[in-house]
Amino acid sequence: MIEGLIDVLSAGLLLTGAGFALLGGIGLVRFPDLYTRLHAGGITDTIAPLLIVAGLILQSGISLLTIKLLLILLFLLFTTPTASHATVRAAISAGIKPQGADDATKERASSNT
Amino acid sequence: MRYFIALAIVLALLWLGLSGVYKPLILILGAASVALVVWITERMEVLGAEHDPGTLSWRLPVYWTWLVWEIILANLMVARAVISPGRIKPTLIRIPATTRTRVGLVTYGNSITLTPGTVTTGLSDGSGEIQAHALLEEAAEGLRSGDMLKRVQWLEGPER
Repeated sequence: MIEGLIDVLSAGLLLTGAGFALLGGIGLVRFPDLYTRLHAGGITDTIAPLLIVAGLILQSGISLLTIKLLLILLFLLFTTPTASHATVRAAISAGIKPQGADDATKERASSNT
Repeated sequence: MRYFIALAIVLALLWLGLSGVYKPLILILGAASVALVVWITERMEVLGAEHDPGTLSWRLPVYWTWLVWEIILANLMVARAVISPGRIKPTLIRIPATTRTRVGLVTYGNSITLTPGTVTTGLSDGSGEIQAHALLEEAAEGLRSGDMLKRVQWLEGPER
């Protein structure tokens, strides 16, 4: 009975995670420019692994595997913002202007030199 | 010296968590690899304030729990924007970032990027400001309110 419940719960978490990853992918296509698309990618970077790892932990039970899964999550959550930030920095120094406020990038570019 | 001890303890715990085989020979190999890594770190002279065991306080799990909750809320907002892209209103804003330590500043910048809907675009030491790109009006407002900055300042703890 309990095992069945855990299975249902973990399947739910895995499916929701996959659904969010899909939404992130859709957003990647729908949003207008690089900067807004990066936000859509953020969905796939954060909540999707959170839910998927939670679902997998329910599958594995409490064991050494749990530690490994949590470490995967920890490293993902530490490294993906760095990658996003590097992408944005590269886009700004390549001169791609975000929609909305372009004066702030100019200001930044001049303060850098 | 305490940096080295902290690093060795963290590495040993990591190794114990990942290994799962606790035979004497394997344990000795593990201890040897920890010692090797600490020795190489010493030679590379990359050990700094971010290895300070003092930064690992009880406040960290509390902050992480709060951050995960924020991430979930922000994800729902961005997911709604994906379904109806007319809601988005991209803006580039500057917000104050007065943290006591550089680690705190990086934590703040990383937390902003980690929360979907906001990405840190510019961050420099000593300017006391962070430039961020926000996808939605609500996300920009959330940044301007400085709620996250207060949490990071709390995470840094009182002046030592």
